[in-house]
Amino acid sequence: MNDTLMLARDRILTPVGLADADLDRLIGALHGPQVDAADLYFQSSRLQSWMLEDGIIKDGHFSIERGAGVRAISGEKTGFAYSDELEFPALAQAAEAARAIARAHAAGEVRIAPRASVVRRYPPIDPINSLPDADKVELLQRVDAEARRADARVKEVVVSLVAAQDTILVVRDDGQMSADVRPLMRLNVNVIVEHNGRREQGSMGGGARSDLGYLLEDERALGFAREAVRQALLKLEAVEAPAGSMTVVLGNGWPGVLLHEAVGHGLEGDFNRKGTSAFAGRLGEQVAAKGVTVVDDGTLDGRRGSLSIDDEGQPTQCTTLIEDGVLVGFMQDRLNARLMNSQPTGNGRRESYAHLPMPRMTNTYMRAGSHDPQEIIASVDKGLYAVNFGGGQVDITSGKFVFSASEAYLIENGKVGRPVKGATLIGNGPDVLTRVSLVGNDLALDPGIGTCGKDGQSVPVGVGQPTLKIDSLTVGGTEA
Amino acid sequence: MNMTASLTSLPTIDQSSEQLAGLRQTLEDLLSEAKRCGASAAEAAVTTSTGLEVAVRLGEVETVEHTRDHGLGITVYFGHRTGSASTSDFSSEAVRDAVQRACNLARYTQEDCCAGLAGLELMATEVLDLDLYHPWSLTVDDATALAIACEDAARSADPRIVNSEGGSLSSHAGVKIYGNSHGFIGGYPSTRHGVSCAVVGREGDMMQRDSWWSSARAHEDLQPAAEVGREAAQRTVARLGARRLGTRKAPVLFRAEVAAGLLRSLIGAISGGHLYRKSSFLLDHLGRQIFPDWVEIFEEPHRLRGLASAPFDGDGLPTRAKHFVSGGELKSYVLDHYSACRLGLSSTANAGGPRNLSIAMGSLDREAMLRELGTGFYVTELMGQGVNMVTGDYSRGASGFWVENGEIQYPVEEITIAGNLKTMFERLVAVGNDCDFPGSVRTGSWLIDRMTIAGE
Repeated sequence: MNDTLMLARDRILTPVGLADADLDRLIGALHGPQVDAADLYFQSSRLQSWMLEDGIIKDGHFSIERGAGVRAISGEKTGFAYSDELEFPALAQAAEAARAIARAHAAGEVRIAPRASVVRRYPPIDPINSLPDADKVELLQRVDAEARRADARVKEVVVSLVAAQDTILVVRDDGQMSADVRPLMRLNVNVIVEHNGRREQGSMGGGARSDLGYLLEDERALGFAREAVRQALLKLEAVEAPAGSMTVVLGNGWPGVLLHEAVGHGLEGDFNRKGTSAFAGRLGEQVAAKGVTVVDDGTLDGRRGSLSIDDEGQPTQCTTLIEDGVLVGFMQDRLNARLMNSQPTGNGRRESYAHLPMPRMTNTYMRAGSHDPQEIIASVDKGLYAVNFGGGQVDITSGKFVFSASEAYLIENGKVGRPVKGATLIGNGPDVLTRVSLVGNDLALDPGIGTCGKDGQSVPVGVGQPTLKIDSLTVGGTEA
Repeated sequence: MNMTASLTSLPTIDQSSEQLAGLRQTLEDLLSEAKRCGASAAEAAVTTSTGLEVAVRLGEVETVEHTRDHGLGITVYFGHRTGSASTSDFSSEAVRDAVQRACNLARYTQEDCCAGLAGLELMATEVLDLDLYHPWSLTVDDATALAIACEDAARSADPRIVNSEGGSLSSHAGVKIYGNSHGFIGGYPSTRHGVSCAVVGREGDMMQRDSWWSSARAHEDLQPAAEVGREAAQRTVARLGARRLGTRKAPVLFRAEVAAGLLRSLIGAISGGHLYRKSSFLLDHLGRQIFPDWVEIFEEPHRLRGLASAPFDGDGLPTRAKHFVSGGELKSYVLDHYSACRLGLSSTANAGGPRNLSIAMGSLDREAMLRELGTGFYVTELMGQGVNMVTGDYSRGASGFWVENGEIQYPVEEITIAGNLKTMFERLVAVGNDCDFPGSVRTGSWLIDRMTIAGE
């Protein structure tokens, strides 16, 4: 921890001449009788991206951001200001604006101290420097060549690579100071295939909180290229998707986007405190079939959705949301935990210093059951087997959610049949998991591609699940 | 509500011209630094904005946010190789660093004959004043009072409104400058204000939420806060008692604000980026009939106080009014300098997209459009992505109302509608004159003759 804190100080505070005494004064200015909580959030981030198209490296971009957000909370009220200037006067002005919410003028006194050690979920590395630029370029070219080599019907290939390092330092009104250095990288491949005048697209990608060596292990990046081509070619054969309610078998891994939309958002603390979630007031009730256990786990090593500490300095944890079908927990930040007489769960996240923290998911997944995936498919007379998805969306209040299948097959007489075109699946969050009749033994997490949006803020997340059989779900194809 | 603070967080006119001069200096520094690094050409954009956002819930302040954003971006060209960088740090050291990084990246990118600036002769020669700057000297108290008035109107509109996600008031003012090594530098200040509200209604076990908002360049053009609140309440209450539908094929009427999404999908499909990547279902359709012959779709970039108005595009070219579709025929793609070059065409001055997009509206109002629908589905909200730009395949989650003989029967939810955009465009039956939503896109409702509805 202290190494990380030193790194963060050196990177953020030292260049602008901010000393601990200045932080004492700033957080002291936010502290007072009417203030229930306050924090300073410093951030310095670097991001490098590359894009290959038409077989050539077309674009390289570098971005550097830094700034600080200042927040004061009084009851349910939050005052917030931020600045991309980190010098003391700019921060003092931001602190004054933020604390105006509490209507109190007497400043308190706070002495900051580093927080006790935290378990690190990833090394404090900079993925940008983990591979020479010339090697990144070569990697993109190899991925492009692999996609084109895979099939002559491949007409267009776009490969993108993003590597970023985010350094944050949080100072709270309880004096606790903590820091985190967060690596994040991702590679994406998009292909267009064409055959007999029909064109289709396929895409695949993956990433982690790791160095770029991750992409080279086991030819992972080349595997993404082959997978993108496979998906695109499969779509060339796809027939119209069915329309209506039917049995749906969801594949393992990324189809866990189901959980993110159907129950995840509805179990975030803010919506439940306000009573606007379809799950509000249902703690202790059966909201899923027996055997269904869903957790949100920010502690998984190196995963895209993982964090050592959240954006409020709270260590992440594995929070059980649904246990054997019963709703047992919510995801909390400090504000909502305090107002709900509960404990923070390390889910207080923000897109950047210029945004307010909210309860957000980390890696949300369903634990494995006991059934063999083949047995699950064999149990279906007629239905849909959906193994790949685009994004999803949920209406927290009505509970209705959608997620869009991009690779799916008909199931007929217990056998996987023809591929069908993409279709949106729609359901009702509070009851879809009650219709889970079989849970597979093949839990997998997604390849590291998820980004979740809420109130205009984007954060990286993960999802996962074993193969699942849902007895009835509406499939939005065209074949009525 | 007793806020003691009354901060004015928006710049006055004088500050804005001073700001403009300061930003112009930063931009010139960026361009001259690029030249010093050996770049043969460069372009840069600098933006800054400040704002105030107040959110209230159940009659009390929930958040007061003071926003203050800076950003600069530079793209350098070494012949036909390029690199770019951006930062929020305007110090001269950071500016030098950003340019240096962009130049370093350009060493690794490869020759792309389309990379570079648009021709000098194409640059805008004047920066039209489009009346986009109307600062609002709004205090936190004023903003709070308006947000509460909006939420109060929603909460008192109907006894079934039992909860609220809150009301909000926001006001932003900013300056944007673009310049390049041709010597073109253009910039202008602009403002944007908004009021919004979202409430929750309950009937039995069912909760529904809906919202409404207004957005404008000048605060006097905003819809009154109480009206916004009442509209949010009315929309929420109308959804209570929603049922599912059985799976069927039926005609579908898209309410104006969701029809705007169909227009945006059209624009995506005729945008240069999708076309040169061959990822559009309207590839090679220029000059072809894609809608019935009465359809006219156009942009008006110089609309005074328009939410998407701009005097020049992201490449420095003067924007101009034009038709994308006329007589139902695709007349123009949406191209910037780069994608135009890739397609062997000329830029349509659409770097940054179309500005104030409209479809010519018909003569039927909402009731007449419902009668025209007859028996079918009136969709008022869509969920999820579900639009495949390569094939035009369309499958979205939907809610709205079931209509019989032109009369709304009951609200509907948890169904999907599916079809293909290309056929949906071809089979557009009518466009209403019921354009009743805020934003830069103007359209009435769209009647599509037949789509698949999946439900129970």
